[in-house]
Amino acid sequence: MSVTVSGVVEEPAAPTAGRRRSDFFYYGLRNKKLVFGLGLELLLVLFAIIGPMLAKYGPQTLTGAQLRHPGGTYWLGTDSLGEDVYSQLANGLRESYLVGALGAVSAAVVGMALGFTAGWRGGILDEVLQMITNIIVMLPSLVLLVVIGSYLNSRSVLFEGVFIGLTTWPWVARAVRAQTFSLRSREFVEMAKLSGRRPVEIIVRDIAPNMASYLFLVVILLFGSSMLLAASYDFLGLGPSDTVSLGWMMNQATQNAALLYREWWWFIPPGAVLTAMVAALLVANVGLDEVFNPKLRQQ
Amino acid sequence: MRRYLIRKLITYVLAFFVGVSIDWGIPHLIPGDPIQGLLSRFGQLDPASYTALYKTFAQSFGLNVPLWQQYLNFWKGLLTGNMGISISDDPNTVTSLVFGAMPYTLALLVPAVVLSYVVGNRLGAAAARRRLLDNTVLPLGYVFQAIPYPWLALVVPYLLGVVWHVFPTSGAYSETLLPAWNWTFIGSLLDHWFLPFLTVFIVSLGGWAIGMRNLVIYELENDSSRYLRALGASERVVRRYAYRSASLPQLSGLALALGVVIGGNIVTEIAFDYPGLGHLIFGAITSQDYFLLQGIFIFIVIGVLIANFLIDLVFITVDPRTRLSMQGAAA
Amino acid sequence: MSVRVQNLSVAYRSRGGDVTAVDDVSFALADGEIMGLAGESGSGKSTLGNALVYLDQRMTATGGTVTVDGRELPIADTRAMRPLRMTEVSLVPQYAMSALTPTRKIGRLMTDLLTSHHVSDRRAVMTELKRRLELIGLAEDVLGKYSFELSGGMRQRVTIVMSTLLNPSLLIADEVTSALDVSTQRAVGEMLLEFRDRGYVKSVIAITHDLSILAQIADSIAIMYAGRLAERASTDAIVSGPLHPYTQALIASLPEVGVRHDQVTLTGIPGRPPSLANPPAGCRFRDRCPFAFEQCANTPPFAEVEPGHSVACWKVSQERGAAAGRAGQEQAV
Repeated sequence: MSVTVSGVVEEPAAPTAGRRRSDFFYYGLRNKKLVFGLGLELLLVLFAIIGPMLAKYGPQTLTGAQLRHPGGTYWLGTDSLGEDVYSQLANGLRESYLVGALGAVSAAVVGMALGFTAGWRGGILDEVLQMITNIIVMLPSLVLLVVIGSYLNSRSVLFEGVFIGLTTWPWVARAVRAQTFSLRSREFVEMAKLSGRRPVEIIVRDIAPNMASYLFLVVILLFGSSMLLAASYDFLGLGPSDTVSLGWMMNQATQNAALLYREWWWFIPPGAVLTAMVAALLVANVGLDEVFNPKLRQQ
Repeated sequence: MRRYLIRKLITYVLAFFVGVSIDWGIPHLIPGDPIQGLLSRFGQLDPASYTALYKTFAQSFGLNVPLWQQYLNFWKGLLTGNMGISISDDPNTVTSLVFGAMPYTLALLVPAVVLSYVVGNRLGAAAARRRLLDNTVLPLGYVFQAIPYPWLALVVPYLLGVVWHVFPTSGAYSETLLPAWNWTFIGSLLDHWFLPFLTVFIVSLGGWAIGMRNLVIYELENDSSRYLRALGASERVVRRYAYRSASLPQLSGLALALGVVIGGNIVTEIAFDYPGLGHLIFGAITSQDYFLLQGIFIFIVIGVLIANFLIDLVFITVDPRTRLSMQGAAA
Repeated sequence: MSVRVQNLSVAYRSRGGDVTAVDDVSFALADGEIMGLAGESGSGKSTLGNALVYLDQRMTATGGTVTVDGRELPIADTRAMRPLRMTEVSLVPQYAMSALTPTRKIGRLMTDLLTSHHVSDRRAVMTELKRRLELIGLAEDVLGKYSFELSGGMRQRVTIVMSTLLNPSLLIADEVTSALDVSTQRAVGEMLLEFRDRGYVKSVIAITHDLSILAQIADSIAIMYAGRLAERASTDAIVSGPLHPYTQALIASLPEVGVRHDQVTLTGIPGRPPSLANPPAGCRFRDRCPFAFEQCANTPPFAEVEPGHSVACWKVSQERGAAAGRAGQEQAV
């Protein structure tokens, strides 16, 4: 029997909740990526909220002034129908955020629930999940979108968001499953099991806090990818039929040969703004990751 | 080892079966009648001729039998290699259309994916080591990853095609040429190929670079790297080992990316009017061309399964742990 | 003396400022001596051992010198240390289980290390390597395996062989037996002894919190407490005649074979070691020491009270002083 030097029983050092939170704020505020990304994102969200209110015209109002260059009355010019591009941009931004949030939330809910169950229980449940995941990857989501959409009178933002969520959750499930898998066999879980606590308790009190930071990052990434996916769908003309969106703007621009006619104000702003929205999210995401995982910090 | 492979094979066959069945079913869910759409091309017909033509077409396309029989016929056709005739592009066979479009898609996407993988990995690994590089590569990587496909597919041809007339902005080759194996044609092909290739390359680049950077950083800080340093290994050796360990997860990502290549990049192909599989799919959807859609989906399913298989193969050869778990699987 | 450490201090950079983990430590090792470095978690023993080999970014050497075979070790200069690692001073790390890269075969790992050190006659070294593997009971085919194919005990032994392959003058063995079962512990202990006896390593510092393994292999023991050395003496002296109150309490708290503990209570040492972020003035063991008195508010010097036996304790110095005084008086009389 090995003999240890200290006769004192030492408790495993567990960081107190207070210390962890203050650590978070200390490193968080000093992380340039997080600050920059979050800051930019908040600015854009602000714009999404008040931008449309500042618009002089509705996004689909025909002003009678077609293809005006930006400047003067029309801040970002007008399109071939005479609609105010700025108004379209501001409203499109709002729509993108909505779809992004819907997509992220639906994918997160389904993906986390299934991924977690598969990772926790393993066995047949896990194999089934793998198979379902593979199948969904094989499904042509575009066709599905058209098919389901054609049964509806009109496609709404809600529909697009939920659809995106239901086609991208496998990615979330896979990531969550892997994380659960690795956490499941960690010592503190073993200890909890030995102490005879019920599985639900173990999940809520031991595993969830450790996964929380990871899940948060996953949701942020989902948000970004939902917005990008929605833009692609909208560009192909498969987006919501009743609202203006950034992808829709680019679709209209293409159909009206805006490229050839050099009507850059029509297609450059929507994509640029969308890039900023997603990039800010990604940068903030990385910053957050660095705050949670000291290993990634480059000192 | 054998048991492992057999088990894998069964899962693949099962997935193939399910995938193909679902893909068969979905086009049929598109509301509307493809034959109706076909007949509308013939202009006004009197009711008698209409019914007669309808029956003929329904019969020739095998659509006059109950659904379950259609399903069986489909499998029969698949196994004999006959996927039927495209409803929208009669009399071209589905197979000819698919194989006509596939080279374009593969030529576009495979180099783009592979090149962005190689370059992205190098950039990511380099960024993991040098702080200065990291401060430029990382933000750029995020921006690239955040760019929506349609936007790049508009900006790039705008700059390089319209503003500076360097490249053409649509089509697979110049309209004035006929396909032939001469340099003019090949040159035109490449000319038209470059911009779509560039857009896919740029958007994919960011993801690989960032992924690799994170993986390499993680590997450089783990215990085996610490041990190597403690034993006085040169930083180059440590880096080499870290790079190797980091490449493994990246490799599976590559295999997956290559697997879905067959589906084509619809957005890029539509934006550039590039006649690949994505373009074909889009057209088939709008004209409810069941057979064409089914035919393309078969290939997509096969493509994804092959990709998964490739991943497994890659891991068996490259990752010693998988090899061992395979041998130990029997235990 | 083969190894001499003088007034070494090592600090960690942390959010609240520098934390001195090793505070003004001095000791010396003779050629061929195996010294056990014992202490509880947080005593600084691991930091001390690792600082002698590789100071990572978070640590800084804030004072003192280390001399091996008459040459000073530039421990603060990572680059200058590189050629000396594995050849002069080497480490068997605490994380030996995960130290071997899982994606490279063991043999390849070795040859790459040899290349890094520009070893001229690789073949001779590899032959020697195979001989040593055989010596400790590992088959030659280990070189063709991956680390995850080996058991914990095998990994530990392979790591020891790897770390000592170039016959370093000083080997730091950090918790080499902690993760093993008792019989493997014994085997590893014997392996260290064998290696020392054959001259594969000159001197060894064995870091551990397990005194029993030290009783098996160590010639001398140094006890660390809260970043400072409390006591240093031969193994016999420490085990049978410890002088520092901390050491005494430790030895006393060890269960004795054959004694049933429903008759004799197993006592621990009440209290905990002080935080090193803000250490108290004077003797750091003061709050837990049953013999503490006013003088202990001052830092006791680490003094040699008997040949080869040093202690940092006022009570001991006082008693020795009183005894010396009495002896002197008796002599005078």
